Amino acid sequence: MRKNCSRQFKALVIGVSTGGVTALKHLLGGLPADFPIPVLIVTHITPDSDDGMAVLLNSLCSIRVKEADELECITSGTAYLAPANYHLLVERGGTLALSIDPPVNYARPSVDVLFESAADVFGSELIGVILTGAGSDGSKGLLKIKEYGGVTIVQNPADAEIDSMPRSALQLLKADYVVQLRELPQTLLRLVLEKP
Amino acid sequence: MTPDEIIDVEIKLLLEGVYQVYGFDFREYSEASLRRRLIQWLSISGFGTLSLAQSPLLRDRGLFDTLLRGITVNVSDMFRDPSFFKAIREQVVPHLLTYPFIKIWHAGCSTGEEAYSMAILLHEVGLKGRFRIYATDINEEVIHKAQKGIYPLQEMQRFTRNYQHSGGTGSFSDYYTARYDHAILSPSLQENIVFAAHNLTVDTDFGEMNLILCRNVMIYFKQPLKERVLSLLDTSLMPGGFLCLGTKESLDHRNISGRYEAMMPRMQIYRKRYAKKLQQTV
Repeated sequence: MRKNCSRQFKALVIGVSTGGVTALKHLLGGLPADFPIPVLIVTHITPDSDDGMAVLLNSLCSIRVKEADELECITSGTAYLAPANYHLLVERGGTLALSIDPPVNYARPSVDVLFESAADVFGSELIGVILTGAGSDGSKGLLKIKEYGGVTIVQNPADAEIDSMPRSALQLLKADYVVQLRELPQTLLRLVLEKP
Repeated sequence: MTPDEIIDVEIKLLLEGVYQVYGFDFREYSEASLRRRLIQWLSISGFGTLSLAQSPLLRDRGLFDTLLRGITVNVSDMFRDPSFFKAIREQVVPHLLTYPFIKIWHAGCSTGEEAYSMAILLHEVGLKGRFRIYATDINEEVIHKAQKGIYPLQEMQRFTRNYQHSGGTGSFSDYYTARYDHAILSPSLQENIVFAAHNLTVDTDFGEMNLILCRNVMIYFKQPLKERVLSLLDTSLMPGGFLCLGTKESLDHRNISGRYEAMMPRMQIYRKRYAKKLQQTV
């Protein structure tokens, strides 16, 4: 099921819900400060949250972590978290956009919205990851990434704090990798460091 | 060309046509969200592609209105972001109280919830009869809804919670009458609100305002349009007046930022300075 990975990736997108902080601590904590592509993340947080999670993760990880700003140019070595109550999207040219369009899958930010817009922009040069969480947000977006030739990764449901998001993704598509959280940083590094 | 790139071309052609035929200019809207909205409209429209939809869209105003609705309607709430309204109440109102009469422009008011919220707030702080709110939106259909001031009853629970968190001093149920499954806002709230259609991308400025709210409208604009609209808002705001943007919209690095002072962090409430720096003339 391993695909031909000899290509350069432009971005990594991650969707996570319940159990997100712990999972992201582990995943982002395992990436080096010079991780060669930008990381865009949607985690379901309450509408009135501030940028506390980004600040916390930034203090714990080598990679830079920040809340996404509108019109911001994405760069490697940085992880961008969708702000509370806004959808996060990517524009052609690699700048970030925010929207207050209605919630998708009862969520704003929604993983599907990020994944679908990233697939539009990056096509096959994209890696999508679904981690622990309740609900099914992200499944359709991950399918789109797959249809556009990108690499799809799902946390092993048995390993997830809440397994419905990974399970729902795996029901919809055959992921390229189904991995434990602790193996994930290595899987990602192997993918992005492989030379074309 | 990939099918995706062809869709990009179709969007460009359609937006150009829409501008020339109807005068609505979406050419400088941020592509990611616009694309998402257009594709969503397309999926329920029955047309296979935007190219197929283009000819009827440019000829049939009724059909175009459904598209316009699809790409411009924003969700709204009363006292959306309660902490914002709390900040207005605590930080901005003391300044407003010093004026005999205040004018407020709510640009991008959607179905009116926030304009009514502002009216409630101003009533509670003793400004009743001393203000006028000009609430505008690009979409005439939402303006008609806003004028009615009727909202689904099921929303009232959320609105009430927001109102309480925003520092409301009364009882929210005093501001509406429940009828069947709807809540009708008290007509006294409407007295000082003027709802009107206004298109920020092509229309001109509004008179001298003391307070301008334009929240989460410009996040859909590309940078040049954003700058143009900010300058339009700037022209419409009196020195010492307040400009309020959405939580994630900052004036940092914008052309007009030098004339503004941030009132509080993370709230995007800015005050226009009184003294203009003397410009060196050539």
